Amino acid sequence: MTNSIADIQTADTMFITGSNTTENHPVIGAQLKRAVKAGKKLIVADPREIEMAEYADVFLKIKPGTSVALHNAMMNVILEEGLEDKAYIQNTTEGFDELKKVVEKYTPEYVADICEVDAEDIRKAARLYGEAGTATIIYCMGITQHVTGTESVMTLSNLAMLTGNLGKAGGGVNPLRGQNNVQGACDMGALPNVFTGYQPVTNEAIVKKFEDAWGVKLSDKPGLTITDTVKAIEEDRVKMLYVFGENPMISDPDTKHVEKALKKAFVVVQDLFLTETAELADVVLPAAAYAEKDGTFVNTERRVQRVRKAVDAPGEAKPDWVIFMEIMNRLGYEKQYKDAEEVFEEIRQVTPQYAGISYERLETKGIAWPCPTEEHPGTPILHIGKPARGAGLFKAIEFVESEELGDPEYPLVLTTGRILYQYHTRSMTGKTEGINKIAPESYIEMNPELAKKKGIKDGDVVKVKSRRGEVQIKAKVTDRVEENVLFIPFHWSEGANVLTNGEVFDQFSKIPGLKVTGINVEKLA
Amino acid sequence: MINLKINGFEVQVEQGATILQAAEKIGIKIPTFCYDDRFKPHGSCRICVVEVEGARSLMTACCIPASDGMVVQTESEAVVEARKEILDLILANHPLDCLTCEQAGRCTLQDLCYQYDMEETSYDGKRKSYEKDVSNEFYTADQTKCILCGKCVYMCSQVQNTDALCFVDRGFETHIGTPFEQGIAESTCVSCGNCVSVCPVGALMPKRREKYRYWEVDKVQTTCSYCGVGCQMELLVKDNKIMEVLPVKGHCNEGLLCVKGRFSFDFVSHPDRLKKPLIRKNGELQEATWDEAYDVIVNKIKEVKDHDGPDAVAAFSSARGLTEDNYLMTKMMRAVIGTNNVDHCARL
Repeated sequence: MTNSIADIQTADTMFITGSNTTENHPVIGAQLKRAVKAGKKLIVADPREIEMAEYADVFLKIKPGTSVALHNAMMNVILEEGLEDKAYIQNTTEGFDELKKVVEKYTPEYVADICEVDAEDIRKAARLYGEAGTATIIYCMGITQHVTGTESVMTLSNLAMLTGNLGKAGGGVNPLRGQNNVQGACDMGALPNVFTGYQPVTNEAIVKKFEDAWGVKLSDKPGLTITDTVKAIEEDRVKMLYVFGENPMISDPDTKHVEKALKKAFVVVQDLFLTETAELADVVLPAAAYAEKDGTFVNTERRVQRVRKAVDAPGEAKPDWVIFMEIMNRLGYEKQYKDAEEVFEEIRQVTPQYAGISYERLETKGIAWPCPTEEHPGTPILHIGKPARGAGLFKAIEFVESEELGDPEYPLVLTTGRILYQYHTRSMTGKTEGINKIAPESYIEMNPELAKKKGIKDGDVVKVKSRRGEVQIKAKVTDRVEENVLFIPFHWSEGANVLTNGEVFDQFSKIPGLKVTGINVEKLA
Repeated sequence: MINLKINGFEVQVEQGATILQAAEKIGIKIPTFCYDDRFKPHGSCRICVVEVEGARSLMTACCIPASDGMVVQTESEAVVEARKEILDLILANHPLDCLTCEQAGRCTLQDLCYQYDMEETSYDGKRKSYEKDVSNEFYTADQTKCILCGKCVYMCSQVQNTDALCFVDRGFETHIGTPFEQGIAESTCVSCGNCVSVCPVGALMPKRREKYRYWEVDKVQTTCSYCGVGCQMELLVKDNKIMEVLPVKGHCNEGLLCVKGRFSFDFVSHPDRLKKPLIRKNGELQEATWDEAYDVIVNKIKEVKDHDGPDAVAAFSSARGLTEDNYLMTKMMRAVIGTNNVDHCARL
């Protein structure tokens, strides 16, 4: 997030898109509902009529995968009606002329057909956003999990810069991060192209810095993403895979494809339970859970917070960092750490954004990075004054429809996501009886009109097919979704990822297009 | 700024601050049942009454703004008498089952009765009787214990914004319920448990997995392990096991939790947890020692590196692991194995 959780509630207008906030970030959802009740304006764009839609001044029930067109149309209206922040554009950005040229053709009428919404609603949304004193954008995987995910985020940044809503309180572009420490994992360079603190592995000076710090020679060749790794195993380029606290058999697209790769490579899995992925492993290591170890998590607003040991790990399970240290030691790298704090001290040495953060400071409250010195209070809002890179770069982006669609054999659009009660692949929530009573099994949301045409009643078991596979699950008939759009949560093995595409990815981030899958549905005979 | 005197001590507060907030500022505790700084003050329980010099009657400290020159007594004879009367009236309709009540040790009514020496009620009258609502999977609602402070209703409507709970009926019959009295399971309740956390008595209670007393547990503050909000919470631990999770007023969660953070902690002590390393032998995963498991892994890494180079090893790190775990995972891959093939499920 560019801004903090407390800050986004102060915006005059909130634009929530691709985020089912009340189910996926329930506490933020509660806070945003309170803000709307107190008079803040709300725009919601989502293929499903989620709870936040009930609170919206404008709700745009867009066709999945059409966000780029919608954002371009909002910018078209803002420019047409002179709502842009001319001074901000003039003084702090570049690439404006090209942006203006590209969004020209995205009139509300043109885009209304693409997104399957009303042109007037697009105008209303653009005005609510453009005329607001401060306007914030809140988004989640509904924006990013597309083959044009990166570009969709860029169009949101365009929208924020166009109206001068970047680098100020109540503004910003705010992705809500889905997992407890996805921010921390990214910060630590659990990404194939960067070391900690987003320092590129391709930069000679940075590589030298880490070589000095770690006392070894390092590779400057970017590594493989998760999705590329699956392919590389198939092509014999990767022979061994170490999976730490992940369950790709449920969370990754095209389950059949993933299963083939996991069976082919030598696989080590380190986890709390014998997950669907661990069942296929060659070695499984028992790890300690969050309540069994000291350390830190970094939340969606970049705030580093303490995790504290409350109970002992069962049997011989060990904290993950201890396992990595012991393997490193056995491979001849002798560095030992006596506790998690000592690991954190090393992180501070090599990560400029973390330099001023210590366990001692975290004892009383969390700190948002960047925090360069021990005297620095942390940075709840980024890009104040001017964007971090210098001039804010407008990226002119054309809308492209997903290739998943248009196959007459799979004419319906499947989208996916999480529900309130279950979490990710259920390895944790699936162990609570009450949770499983409320949310016991996979299902598909289907519009009443479609159900009628297919002769399907609420609760019937249906067969859902895509080019990748097939699941048989119960139908939940609801007008939350439009007639040609369906939704399956991804938590269960009989879930969305049996059907999703594991081969075509976003060209920049390699994120799979999980939110748009061409499918067909039939009543089970 | 406003200057006033409480129990003889000078205090300075901002315009608009209440007497309660002024007292808090200098460490003087005024008891409350219905007050919570996240709600609009409603002054319904009256237990926070204080004596203000020159005022015609006692005043509720939670609602009345401090004013310049105010002189306040928080434990004067008149105040204590009023508080005892309020407790007497509450006890007239509250079961004295503290021996078995699960809220004991965390009950404001119990604490105040102790503080003001109230053993029992002096009133003998009709008592309310309700069936306990056990329909929710995670908590129960017992209206016979409710003191009608309204905290649960305001939590649900003003802070959690789910609007599942409301006041039902009038007068003696007043109780907390759900719209159309269909029971909690049939309401819009999302089982966040935030109403349960603020209940000052034993009316709203978590369904316990096993027996524990609040004075038996150790409390450890930590960060929730589910979504990315980073809610702060306290793990209540007895005999090396988490008994309950309570919210803490952290920077981002304002003392709120959701159903997962509050109630879905069973996985930590679940019998299916992995307790020993496993190695696949003859097609089956079999228990092994750490030494054996490390040997297999280390030998395999060396073999693949020798044969196909370090880029033939890849790793998925974890968005659920610690920052420190992730750092050492990436260091192991980069510095020791020699490849940048490390990613995690940020994209999934």
